This record gives sequence, structure tokens and C-alpha cells, in this order.
Amino acid sequence: MTPSSLGKDLVGLEFLSTEQILLILDTAEPFKEVSERAIKKVPALRGKTIVNLFFEPSTRTRISFEFAEKRLSADTVNVASSGSSVSKGETLVDTARNLEAMRIDMVVIRHPASGAAQFLASRIRSNVINAGDGKHEHPTQALLDLLTLRDHFGTLAGLKVAICGDVLHSRVARSNIWGLLKVGAEVALCGPATLIPREFESLGVKLIPRIDDAIAWADALNVLRLQLERMEAGFIPSLREYNRVFGVTRERLERAPKDLVILHPGPMNRGVEIDSDVADGPHSVILPQVTNGVAVRMAVLYLLAGGAPDWRSAPGGEER
Amino acid sequence: MSELLIRGGRVIDPSRGTDGPADVLIRDGRIEAVGRNIPAEPGIELVDAAGKVVAPGLIDIHVHLREPGFEHAETIASGAAAAAAGGFTAVCAMPNTDPVTDSQATVGFVVRQAIRAGQARVYPIGAVSLGQRGEQLTEFGELIQAGAVAVSDDGKPVRSSHLMRTALEYAKTFGIPVADHCEDLSLAQGGAMHEGIISARLGLKGIPSAAEEIMVARNILLAELTGGHVHLCHMSTRGSVELIRWAKSKGLRVTAEATPHHFTLTHERCEGYDTNAKMNPPLREAADRDAIRQGLADGSIDCIASDHAPHHYDAKEREFDEAPNGIVGLETAFGLGMRELVGPGVLSLPELLARMSTLPARVFRLPGGTLAVGAPADLVVLDVERQWEVRREALHSKSLNSPFLGETLRGQADLTIVGGRVVFQRPPRSTS
Repeated sequence: MTPSSLGKDLVGLEFLSTEQILLILDTAEPFKEVSERAIKKVPALRGKTIVNLFFEPSTRTRISFEFAEKRLSADTVNVASSGSSVSKGETLVDTARNLEAMRIDMVVIRHPASGAAQFLASRIRSNVINAGDGKHEHPTQALLDLLTLRDHFGTLAGLKVAICGDVLHSRVARSNIWGLLKVGAEVALCGPATLIPREFESLGVKLIPRIDDAIAWADALNVLRLQLERMEAGFIPSLREYNRVFGVTRERLERAPKDLVILHPGPMNRGVEIDSDVADGPHSVILPQVTNGVAVRMAVLYLLAGGAPDWRSAPGGEER
Repeated sequence: MSELLIRGGRVIDPSRGTDGPADVLIRDGRIEAVGRNIPAEPGIELVDAAGKVVAPGLIDIHVHLREPGFEHAETIASGAAAAAAGGFTAVCAMPNTDPVTDSQATVGFVVRQAIRAGQARVYPIGAVSLGQRGEQLTEFGELIQAGAVAVSDDGKPVRSSHLMRTALEYAKTFGIPVADHCEDLSLAQGGAMHEGIISARLGLKGIPSAAEEIMVARNILLAELTGGHVHLCHMSTRGSVELIRWAKSKGLRVTAEATPHHFTLTHERCEGYDTNAKMNPPLREAADRDAIRQGLADGSIDCIASDHAPHHYDAKEREFDEAPNGIVGLETAFGLGMRELVGPGVLSLPELLARMSTLPARVFRLPGGTLAVGAPADLVVLDVERQWEVRREALHSKSLNSPFLGETLRGQADLTIVGGRVVFQRPPRSTS
């Protein structure tokens, strides 16, 4: 197997070059078609073993990775923190060593602690893919957001994207900031000042305090989930007020000078950060995001395994 | 009893402002004479200090020796040995052990273990409040009688301003300082590093500088209210240095310490989630580090203390959020002082020695920190030029949690003498 063009791991978009990000998006394109086939399977990762290690509940991301792995013919095992040795107090480093001892090829990890993916990556020889670590990064989510935006606009350079909501606690926001900046898009953050780290301005990101101004500026909005715990922790006074001051509503979008594309990483709180008629409306690309998620994850798995940029050129690539 | 003559060194005694070639004669555990060409009587033990610096033994008023309760990380014996290897003749042990050093019995235990170890002296610091729970004052009088030299709830702040006020007032009876770990927990809770661009990028909860400065300001105001002596532990921010400068200009009884890591490292060191860069207070920004250096230079910060915080090797081998705070520091403190402060001209060598011996002794009213005739013979012979690499095998602490492993430092203790007795001698190096 040739060495991977992405390096050993995918820990975050901060660590990828523009070329590597575009390579993943380009590699994802032909994989989209695999999911449209009657028999949704190619042999690209036949004989590879992959563990999906989820220390946090997840539906969308876990299933998306699992489909990506299966459609590439990998052998996969799912481990959730409850019902595993983790719930018996095993440390992450011991879990890592045990996985290593079983000679697995790849680990997909979701973990509540920022840095957990990097921690694992530096301790095992297997490829590690970050499926979300604490408040740090969620690189495949940002990659699928980029792919969805590129599908819609045809290009990413110069695009204006406003990331709205709880940026402080969001790994999706961090990965999107890095990804968008690297492909030449403009990024703004919008939300209550309690949830927007001002320091991001130093990365070349715009801060727009009011949602109406963000809507007027942007080509696309990436609306983040607002977790209910944020109210209890005192970051916002109430969900009702949040919706009134920062919610993405149809009325607000109708006042915009142009039509905006609306993204949301899910799961949505309808009526809080986003109104139902926006989520279900003509400008929402929320479901195409989910479809693209599988293709992007197939591309990442395939490239990390050392695959050639176009999988059809690999030996056995066109086999059905 | 034995006699020892240290000959031919550069003798620096910050307590008397002297610096020059001299011999030091030690008899019966005390300094007998300091002067030129002291004759060697027959049978006396000789130490050749040519090319070396002879100084009062270093004193560290803020260490965690982990015994009782956490002996897998450090014991009083291993910590006192690490201290001696670092050139320290005395250290003050913080009370956040298990059980907490909050009674005559627990203070006495530390004293006895230190005597048994026979290394650097270990002075216990008693807790301010029972169990460090921040509710009820400990029996300061009894703690002092058992050997405590100060009180502190270090590891935690004294949250209640009322309790801090009463502690400062009550401590006045005994002439001891109340040392506070300054942290507003309502701002800092859950934080893993300094709040700034690095914490924002890493997705770690930050601890703003204001969390320290609010408590520094409160403690200064309470020192003014009570006339008590407050000692501010491990200062880390530029704002704190300004507040201390203001307090000192008003003549308040406020003293402060800073650690080698806070005058050396910055929050960028947390990149890659290096848990050896996790401490509390956290590593801050370059402007803060520079302000700490300036504070040491102008005396706003009285002394250097290591905040030696050993952790078993696997305790740091985990997620950044979960890893414990702190690093070992006794054996790297002097080498960092030389490299970071004396090297760039922030402090002169005598000033560094003052901030590491005479002034800590003065702040906590300890014996030592002087080479005056009649004083206890606690002294150190230092090679101030030697470049050495911090290697695991070379450290005496039971724990190795240091961000300085692999780095080259300048200056090292060759000989440490406590009460006239050699407790540490660096084996002669093979010439290469």
C-alpha cells in the first residue's frame, strides 16, 4: 500500500493543507455515485479492520461512518462507552493499547475530551480518524459542509459563510473555521458574546454580533445546535430569548438582499436556533449534507488507507 | 563534632550583600568563620570550591511532598532528596495531603518524617481551615507549636472573604503569614489552561487572568483591613504584578512568589495537549511572563518558589481535561533561574540567590538564607556555568512530570550542606 497522501491520521483540519482538503473533496465526488447504486459496495478496503470507538452518544456520525466503511467493504466493529470496559474505568491509553494489540487498521473515535483523537493517534500505529473530540474539531463534518457548499456554489474561494450560535462549545465551528479559511472562503461568527470567543478574530475571522447583519453579509449560514445546558450554565438567559434575538427565522431571511443557503450539522432544536420553515425550506441543504457525509467519510477512509486519489484507478476499483 | 572548610570559592551572601573569594569554616553545624585564607587545621575535612559559588542553601517555600496519602507520587524522603539535589537546604510542604495537615498530629508527622529522611529540612505549612474545606479555622497555635511555619489552603483558594479576614487577624498573634492560592473558582472552575487564543483553538475551557487578579486584589484589601501578612502564591499574570506593586507602594504587608515555569513558559506550550504544560495557575501569555520577570527584578515579587507538584507517571498520561495540575520543579529551579533570569540580565547572580534563599527565609521567617557567623550551616556549592541536560535518570524525585525534560539548563548544585552535614554531593563527572 502506498503511503497516505493525508498522513497517518485525520485529527483536525487545522493540520491539513489546502491541497489535502481539496483532495478529499475531489476524492469524495466519485464515491457519491457508489451510494446511488443498487449494490452499494466497492472493494477498496476489503480485508481492512476498523473500530468505531464512540465515547459519546451519536447517531448521524456513527451511522455515516459505518455506512462509509461497509460500502468500502471494510470489516467494522462498533464500541460504545456504555457496555464496554470504558464504563468499568479503563483509561483511554489502556483502551488504545488493547486495540493496538488486536492489530486493527483504523480507529474512528468520538470522545468528550478535546485532544482525545490526537492522544490516541500519537500512541497507536493504526490510522486514527477524529469523529469529534470535545470542543476541539470534527473534521469530517466540516469536510461534508465544504462539499455541500461546493456542490451548491460551484466554488469555495471567496464564498462568505457565517457560523451562527454556540461557537465556544462547538467542534463543528472550529473545523469549519480552519477548513473555510484554507479554501479561501470568508468566515464570520455570529451569536451572543458569551458564546463567541473573541480570540478567533486573530485568525482572520469576522465577528458580527447581530444575526440580521450576518444574514445581510453572508452567502451561506451554518447554524449550530444550541445545547440546552448552555442556559443552565448561564451563557444565555432563555431559549425563548435566544430564538427571538439570534434565531434563524423565515422573516429574517426574507429581509436578506439575496437567497442564502442554510446548513445545520444536526441534531436541530427546531424553534430555538432555527425555525422549522427554514430547516424544511427551499434554501436548506441539511439533508444533502447528510448524504455527502457518507461520501466524504469514504474518501477519508480510502485516502488514509493509502488509496490513489481516484479509487477507480486502484487495482480492482471497478469491480462490482 | 565535625569540621568542614570550603576553600577557594566565590562566596555570595545576599543577606549581608557580600560577594567575593573567601573560605567558609563550619563547626558543630554552624558557620564558624567566613574570610580569606582560613588555615586548615589538621584533620579537618576540606572541600575545594575553586571555580564554584558558595551561597546560603536555597529555600523553597512552596512544595508538595504528597506524604501522607500519595506516596506513589512522592514521599517526604524522596522530595527532600530531590530538594537537596536541587541545592535546597529547606522546603515548606503544603498541607494538601491525605489527611490534610490541619492538626498537631499531622504537622508532627511531617516533622518526624523529615528528620528521619535527613535530607533538606522540611517545614510544614498548616491548613488555614479544617480539611481545607474553607469553613472553620484550624488551631494555628498548636500547629505552630508542632512545627508549622505558615498556614495555607493551597491547591484551593480561601473562598470566603470572612474566613480570610479572620485567618489574617488570628495569624497576627503568631507572626506567621497566611499564604493564599489566588483563584476565583466561579470564574475558573472547569478550566484547564489560560483563556486566550490557544484555549479557543484547542477547545479547552480557559481560566481568565481575572480569576487570579480578583483574589489578589481581595487579599491585598484584606491585608489592609487587618494589618495581617498575606503571602500570594505562584503569581502568574501581569495584572497581579501591578496590584502587588500598588500594595507595596502603600506599605501593606503583602509578599509574593513566582515559579520558574511562570517566568519561563507561556500558554503556547499547551499545544498538542501536552499535559506536562497543565498547571494551576496556568501558563499565561508572553506579556505575563515578562511582567513576572520584571516583578522579580524590581522586587514586587519577593521570591521564587517551585510549586513542586509530583504526579505518578500515568496520572499525566491521559486526556488534558482529566490530567492533574502541576509539575516537579525542585531540581530544575536553579538551572531555570540561571538560564532565564541571570542569562538575559533580568537578575544578577546575587539577586537570583537572594530571591531563592535570603528572601524566602525572610518572608516565612525561617532560619537560613544567610552565611552570618553563628547561623546554621545550611549552604550550597553551585557550579553556575555548567550546562546540563534534564534527563529522567538524573532526577531524584519519584515523579518525572516536567516540561523541561530534554532541555539544557545552566547551573547546578554540586554540594548541599544542611546543619554542617553533606546531604548531597554530585558525583564527580568523568571528563569527556
